[in-house]
Amino acid sequence: MGAWKSIKQEASDVVSGKTTALSNVEKSLKLISEHEEFKAIIATTSERALKRAKEIDQKIAKGESVGELAGVPFVAKDNFLVFGADTTAASNILKGFDAPYQATAIKKLEEAGAICVAKANLDAFAHGSSTENSDFFTTINPVDKSRVPGGSSGGSAAAVALQLAPFALGTDTGGSIRLPASFCGVVGYKPTYGIVSRSGVVAMGSSLDVIGPLTQTVEDAGIVLEVISGKDGLDSTLIDRAEKNYDHLDSVDLKGLRVGVVKEYFDEGLDPAIRKNIERVIGQIKKSGATIEEVSLPSSKTGLAVYYVLCPAEVSSNLSRYDGQRYGYSNKEANDLDESYTKSRGKGFGSEAKRRIMVGTYVLSSGYYDAYYQKAQLVRTKIIQEFEDAFDRFDILIGPTAPMNAFKIGENIDDPLKMYLTDIMTVSANLAGIPAITIPAGLVDNLPSGVQLMAPQNKDKFLLSIAQKVEDII
Amino acid sequence: MSKISKDDVLRLAKLSNIYIDESQIDTFVHELEEIIGYVEMLGDVDVAGLEPTQQVTGLKNIMRPDEEVDYGVTPKDLLRNAPAQEKNQIKVKRVL
Repeated sequence: MGAWKSIKQEASDVVSGKTTALSNVEKSLKLISEHEEFKAIIATTSERALKRAKEIDQKIAKGESVGELAGVPFVAKDNFLVFGADTTAASNILKGFDAPYQATAIKKLEEAGAICVAKANLDAFAHGSSTENSDFFTTINPVDKSRVPGGSSGGSAAAVALQLAPFALGTDTGGSIRLPASFCGVVGYKPTYGIVSRSGVVAMGSSLDVIGPLTQTVEDAGIVLEVISGKDGLDSTLIDRAEKNYDHLDSVDLKGLRVGVVKEYFDEGLDPAIRKNIERVIGQIKKSGATIEEVSLPSSKTGLAVYYVLCPAEVSSNLSRYDGQRYGYSNKEANDLDESYTKSRGKGFGSEAKRRIMVGTYVLSSGYYDAYYQKAQLVRTKIIQEFEDAFDRFDILIGPTAPMNAFKIGENIDDPLKMYLTDIMTVSANLAGIPAITIPAGLVDNLPSGVQLMAPQNKDKFLLSIAQKVEDII
Repeated sequence: MSKISKDDVLRLAKLSNIYIDESQIDTFVHELEEIIGYVEMLGDVDVAGLEPTQQVTGLKNIMRPDEEVDYGVTPKDLLRNAPAQEKNQIKVKRVL
């Protein structure tokens, strides 16, 4: 039995008086301090969290309504603007940043009665697949201490796996929720692009970034998604939701469900033990009456190349705001403004941020724009069309979340390209803007391993409902 | 395979306003060459007749009323993270 029950049960226990918001927050803070060795957390927001818990308990005592997440603690990746602790994005250049306002997702969760207790570690600016690019420290995989938790939301995934809180928030630009969730054995949900406001979240690749939950179960992911989604007037990329009530998933029958197995994800490069495990999962789905057929997404092999042109291009633009003048680290030795820019950025950014900014600058620069940036945008269209064709024939696509399970700390850190290849099965969903989920599919060679499901754009409730059923049978 | 030179790295660092130490240049040359070399596979993809994708929402020109909105954030809130300030403004080093 874990430290926490389902989110629904935790909230209902607070409302019924079986427990209190304060004891939940105290419990979460105690668990965080007991598990410090895993380095999942950068800082707690304890003072504010305890104060909010007391306010919620007082409201309940008075019989006032406090929302569907009453007194439920959570952890936010440290690229969300949150009151009560610095927002650093795990970078030296933002160290000490005191958020002047809170991210919409945090505000909505607070309005629903949830309480942020801590900020989780990540690869600095969410650039990475292991948290080894954090400018502060590397998070340790809760299942195997010699391994990474995956990234970039590695602190969030480890926090949920360690049950420091019932859920965590992450961001996913190319797999940053799904990869660590898979490596740590938890559920990671990447929603359709444009259903959750990104106001107050440190921007990385604006045409790709989404916010999503990391949870123990699919049901919990739906509950959190319901609260954080919706328009706020602050993010102009938000679309209308096609479905209502992600917190009330449909009870579905897999009978007759058309499931496409993505052929390219099973090519060489996939760990044979993971292949065997995914084939086992697919077998069980088939036993439940689904139709299983192979589907080819030929351009998915170029997805990673498209991603590593478009993402750095957008990074180079988004990270230009860190100039050492308005906020963040500022180099004091500079003699003039230009030198202040270059030295603040030179000393404030870590190697991966510098690499991405320079690659982005290269692919956007005159003479290379057409060959790289424009070409990547064209291939992105091709990838989207292949998904559309696939979804004409299939309701859901399935495959592994990653070609490997959690790797050793230090194994890939000196080879940036090898580190990038960990995203090969997750980036396509970001390029197409479609929803995707990873759910735990048991242990492979004693390490957690995830199965990934994908659905058409704006079919989040459908995907979550199917995922809940798959979660039940595997 | 694309060739990235030391001069390229210095030019990119300058364009990006990033100071890089002499000792880091060779590493960046090697890493950028690998990354650019990898993405060159895009050159082989047939994209005849396709339009580039800039964004996936299909939204166009999202407008809001041209009026003042109080977001509850004061100039003081926004200035408190500035490394240097004077008279309610951000202070920077000399420009020239």
